[in-house]
Parts: sequence; C-alpha cells; structure tokens
Amino acid sequence: MEHQPSTQELNPDNASAPAPLDVQPVNAGAKQKAQPLYAAREQIFPKRAEGRFRRLKWIIMLITLGIYYVTPWLRWDRGTHAPDQAVLIDMANRRFYFFFIEIWPQEFFYVAGLLVMSGVGLFLVTSIVGRAWCGYTCPQTVWTDLFIAVERFWQGDRNARMRLAKASWSFEKARKLVATHAIFLVISVATGGAWIFYFADAPTLLWNFVTFQAPFVAYSTVAVLTATTYVFGGLMREQVCIYMCPWPRIQAAMLDEDSLVVTYNDWRGEPRSRHAKKAAAEGKSVGDCVDCNACVAVCPTGIDIRDGQQLECITCALCIDACDDIMTKVGRERGLISYSTLREYNHNMAIAKNPETGAIDPTRVRDADGKFDDRVKHFDWKIIFRVRSLIYMTAWALIGVVMLYALLSRDRLEVNVQKDRNPVFVTLSDGSIRNGYTVKLLNMIPEPRVIFLSIEGLPGATMSINDVDQPEGTSFAIPVEPDKLRSLRVFVSQPKQFTTEGRASFHFIAEDKQSFESDTYDAVFEAPEK
Amino acid sequence: MADKNEIDEVSGVETTGHEWDGIKELNNPLPRWWLWTFYATIVWALAYTVFYPAWPGITGATAGILGWSSRGELAQEMTDLKASQAVYLEKLAATDVTEVSADPELLQFATAGGASTFKVYCEQCHGSGAQGGPGYPNLNDDAWIWGGTIEDIYTTLMHGVRYEQDPDTRISDMPAFGRDELLERPDINDVAWYVRKLSGQEFDEEAANRGETVFADNCSACHGEQGEGMAELGAPNLSDAIWLYGGTHADIVAQVTSPRQGVMPAWSGRLGETTVKQLAVYVHGLGGGQ
Repeated sequence: MEHQPSTQELNPDNASAPAPLDVQPVNAGAKQKAQPLYAAREQIFPKRAEGRFRRLKWIIMLITLGIYYVTPWLRWDRGTHAPDQAVLIDMANRRFYFFFIEIWPQEFFYVAGLLVMSGVGLFLVTSIVGRAWCGYTCPQTVWTDLFIAVERFWQGDRNARMRLAKASWSFEKARKLVATHAIFLVISVATGGAWIFYFADAPTLLWNFVTFQAPFVAYSTVAVLTATTYVFGGLMREQVCIYMCPWPRIQAAMLDEDSLVVTYNDWRGEPRSRHAKKAAAEGKSVGDCVDCNACVAVCPTGIDIRDGQQLECITCALCIDACDDIMTKVGRERGLISYSTLREYNHNMAIAKNPETGAIDPTRVRDADGKFDDRVKHFDWKIIFRVRSLIYMTAWALIGVVMLYALLSRDRLEVNVQKDRNPVFVTLSDGSIRNGYTVKLLNMIPEPRVIFLSIEGLPGATMSINDVDQPEGTSFAIPVEPDKLRSLRVFVSQPKQFTTEGRASFHFIAEDKQSFESDTYDAVFEAPEK
Repeated sequence: MADKNEIDEVSGVETTGHEWDGIKELNNPLPRWWLWTFYATIVWALAYTVFYPAWPGITGATAGILGWSSRGELAQEMTDLKASQAVYLEKLAATDVTEVSADPELLQFATAGGASTFKVYCEQCHGSGAQGGPGYPNLNDDAWIWGGTIEDIYTTLMHGVRYEQDPDTRISDMPAFGRDELLERPDINDVAWYVRKLSGQEFDEEAANRGETVFADNCSACHGEQGEGMAELGAPNLSDAIWLYGGTHADIVAQVTSPRQGVMPAWSGRLGETTVKQLAVYVHGLGGGQ
C-alpha cells in the first residue's frame, strides 16, 4: 500500500505541487479519436482515497453489511407456538415476523407503506444530496467497494495493480489473482447464503445446508446470488451502474438547482496548471487546480469530475477526499471539488468569468491575499429546508404516522363472513328459513384461544355449525389454534313466524372473553319476497 | 446520411454518420460485451428451436429433440395430480361412507371432490347450488324423500331412483288416481284440500273434512296417518313446507290425478364407488343431512 503523508508532515509554504498521476478518464476516448461502435471496457484501478467521505463510506459499509449478515441470526422469543427468529419471512405459513410485529398476508399493506416511505425518502434524499443512494448505500456500490478493498489487500494499490495486470503470467501473478478471486467467491457465497436465512430458521437451515439436506431452492438461490454478487461486484462493477441500472437516470432527473452534487469548482480551479509557480511568475493567472489527476485516479467509475456532471458519477465523493488532500498539501483551501448546488456554482461562475473574454479569471474571486471575495457563495444549510424537500418530509412523516397508528391499533382477533349466494336461502320443512355462511375466525396471536362466536340482531334465529358438536344456539365457543385461521360452515335459521320479507341485517360477533378483544361483522339474512 | 463522420460541436463527440432530419447520432460506444450478449441470445434462440418444437412445415412443426409438447405436459400434470390424490382415494375406498366424517382431512378431501363432481354430473338437474327446482329436489333442505342419512344418500346415488337398468334402484309408484279412474274428480278435489290442511296452509274447511276419509282410505298407507311420509317407500312428507311439484291446490290435484315421477340415474357404474362416496359426503354436508 502506498504511504500517504499526513498533513502535519508537510509545511504548506514549502510544498510544491505533487507529481501528476498518469491517468485518463475512461470516457475520454469518445472525444479524441475515431471510435468503433463497440469498445472493450477499460479496466479501472481506483487508487486508495483517505478523508472524511472515505471514512463515512467505511462506516456505512460496516453498518449495511452488518445488518444484512447478522439480522437472520437475531432471536426473539414469541413463546412456544411461533418461531423465535427476529426477522423471518415464512413463505410456507404465509407469515412475516419482524421483532415484535407479526404480519399476515392481508396486512401486507404495512410493507407496501414501508416501500412508499422508502420511495418518498429516496426523493427527499435525492432532492437534497443528489445520488447519495448510489454513492453510499446501494448494494452494488457497497459490495464493489468491498471487492476493491479485497483486491487492494492482495494486489496492492493502483500502480501495483496496473503493473500486475500488464505483467506476463507468473507464479506470483497467479497467486495474487487466485487469492483475490477466492475471497471474492467466499464473500459471494456468504452473500447468497445470508439471503436464504431470512426465509427459514437460520441455524436449522445452515445445518441442513452444509449436510446437503436443505431444499433444492436453497441451493439454487445461493448459486444465483453467488453468481450475481461475483459477476456484478467482482467483475462488472461500474458497468452495472452505467449500462444496466435504470435508477441513475431516474435519480438524475430528480435533481434540481438546489440539490447538492459533487462538483468541480472550476470558477476557482481554472486555468489549471501543473507549473503554477512558474506560470504565476510569468504573470499568467493561475487557478487552484494543479492538474494532478488525483480525482481521476481515485474514481471508482473512472471519470474526470472536472468534465462536469456525468451519468457515470455515482457521487461517492472520493474525488473530494483526494482533492482536499492535495489542496492541503499545496497550501490551498479545501473544497476545489465539493458538494455544491448548481445555483451556487452558477453564481460563483458568473463572478469568475471575465465578461469580455468569457474566460475564467481566478483573480476575480480572490483578493491579493488569496481570500475569497465576499460575493462568493458557499454551502448553506438553508438549501435543505426548501419547499420541495419540506413537501417530501411532510409526506414521508404523514405516511409514517398513519402507518404507526394503524399498526398500534390493529386487531389481533378478526371475524370474516362470506354469505352463500347459491342458494340465497333454503326453506326448511317446518317453514323456517335458513341461510348459509362461511365464517372465518382469525386468531392472530401465537397462543391458542377460545373464541366465542355469536349472532345478534336477528329475532328468534339460531345457528348450527358443521363439525362443531354443539346443539343449535346463538353462541358457540370455538377453540382456535395459535396463529391460525379457522373456517366454519355456519347455518343460521329463523323460524317462520319471525321471518321478514327480503333482507334483514344482523351481526356476527367474535369475542375473546379473557382479553376482551372482539370483532363484529355486519351480515345479511335473506328470506323470500312473498 | 452523411458520408463522413464528424465531430459534434456541442459535446465534442464523434457522430456515427447517421442523421435524421438534422438529428445526428453520437457515437458513444457500447461495451463490447453488450454485443456478445446480443449474439448469445441469438445462439440461445437457435438452440431453443432445436430442443423445442419450433420450425413450421407443411403439416406440422419440428418436434424438437426433447420431445416436449403441451399435451404431454398436461398428461404429466394430470398424472402427478392423480398420484398426489392417490393416498386419499385409497383411504376413502377403504373407509365406510359413515366413517368419513371421523377423519377431518379425509372429510375435507371428500367434500372438495364431491363438490367438483357435483358441478359436472348433478347440477344440470339439481342446480349449481343444489337448490333444485320444480320436479328436482332441493338438496340443501331437511326434507328427504328417500332418507337424509349419509347411508341413505349414498344408496340413492349408487342405485338411482326409478332407474330401470339398476335392479337395486329405489322405486315408488304412486297410483294415478285420476287418470286410472281410481277416484272421482270431487274426491280428488277434497283430498287435495285435506293435504293443504295437513301442511298448515289455507284450506276449504268443508272439502277438507270430506277429504280426510278419502286420505285415510287411499293415501295414509304410504304417506302416513298425518301425511308425515315414509322414507322407506319414498313417500314424501305431505305435512311440511316443502313441495317437489308445488303446494297449491291445483298442483296437488294435478299430482294426485296423474303423478309425475322423477328419475335419477344410478351413478355406481359411471362414477364408481369412491367418487359416489365423495358426492354423498358433499351432499350430506350441504346443511340438511341427518
């Protein structure tokens, strides 16, 4: 690994510009020479960056990967009748467990609500900090970052990797490549492996998996996810973002003039010069950019941010770290490349441009001491709180509050009734009228319960239930298994003297007499039109 | 089309030379693997046509070396389905029809099977909800001409009603009191009023009193003293609210004069014992089973 001197080691006054790196943006070719319609990918060897954004990215990687790998192993006691895995998508039994929340299929709107919140949240984040999703949290970015770190560990930093790539085959090269790709595969298998643990009891499945007793779908899922992780993160990397992912195009369209994007501030950087002192001595105006190419060398998508906003830019901000490092070394202010809004940039650009020649003149933004002119705009917290972002925040919070309320006040005991419509009613031999219903009792807690099902509001009527050996009556005690639905065929009969023509309304009531939970269903009883 | 490629002024990118109404195509090269992927899909498509039916000919298409056909797939699915049902069907074949309800799983299987069989063979007469119609009994109610226990229903289904090809079929033969001149018209008129009285409907007092004797002499042997019916003989209950051929005075007169006698085929030969068991379980569970 290359040694990066810390800022304390350097005396800014004596520091000369660092030697420029020999690097070209991978998308520069199109602008230079006759091109074929199809071109081979230019391999990118991102140089190691250090700084606050790199540190943030390490932390986010640790958190996101940590959540992904560890979550299925968390336990959560739900008693003897439900699984004790904290997060479990139980497809076979159609239940979704998330810590203290258990969701039945008909409650899936909570998940839909979460997805809506994620969507609005993404709009919010994008409108404020641009493609932050792409740069920091997208799995493609996180895993690619991890794979690049592995590559760097075995093969060294940028120059060493480039040398290795060019070198002819040797034992040393083979050893390094095999080691790198072996670790890639291990990570990929672990990635695919972690996925399946969300769908079954993790310890059991792991044991079955390694003893070859797991279902075929477990192996095929791991195989597919291993392949995609290895190919996308290990081999294709930035090409996934540039050629395959539709999301960058959508996100880029959600930016506006007040969104923060990674920007090369050419209003202070240009004209760039590798020999600033010499040029200054000759009386030429010189910008802050020393054209060292550090920003290009660290870029994981291999572009030159100084060419302006490009779809290849995932706003990972590593070029900011690289440039800040150089700026500190040469004794200039940080922020030549920075998160900046288009409005701010245009404003500063207007100041910097000589109205007659249209060229950037750095002296227009600085005074003789090198201090920025007061008119120059810098980052302002206020851009976070603008109408658009406030609308997103409100919508996001509103959905969240509504969902939370719905979740906290939801029923764990339900009765659903479906009336027979064919036949609508049946006349019995004593002249009474009978209607049939399919009644579903939902015991949505992981404990067995006795649910009292009764009818109310239909004069003289009694009910009988198939498979329940109790005499006709108006109330039945029905045992329901933990966390299960019990479907009953219920016949409600009303004696002749009580029947009214046409439809009559009444209620099915389901009650748990211990917890005092109850649910009512408004049903209809039909009799012939006389 | 322009002959020569040029450099676009705004983007600085070379054009491909293609131009449509002044709009020029820039040449930002696609990655080469994209092209290979495209070729790979073509190879895949061609290989597919070798393995699966594809190329059309005069009388048909190439069969493909895997020998796959949608008909074959259906046959396979049906076989798999039958295999998955086999365990229940065997169990059902070995279980007496009265014992089915003791096994909840078997009961569920039999009810579902019965429901689907009913839709194919029974609903033409008994209706899609088994609600019946004039001349065709409603199977949801609690009135059973030939008995409503599961055994009775099973026997009726197995051998049919008045189905001559089956020697064990259920037979009842009510005399045609009017057509065969066994009773005079006024007597028939009177006995019909009496039957209205028995079933608790409006009736003519005088006529019903006269009809009581006629009923005792001619009808009670089969239909019972109080018209309560007799399932062993297939004599319907005349005192309840359910009328197969209608309960108005005119309907009753018509039935006494010249009875209509419905026929139901025996299903044992056509459906087999196990399927009939499923049907019996289904019909018994419709709500009126005894």
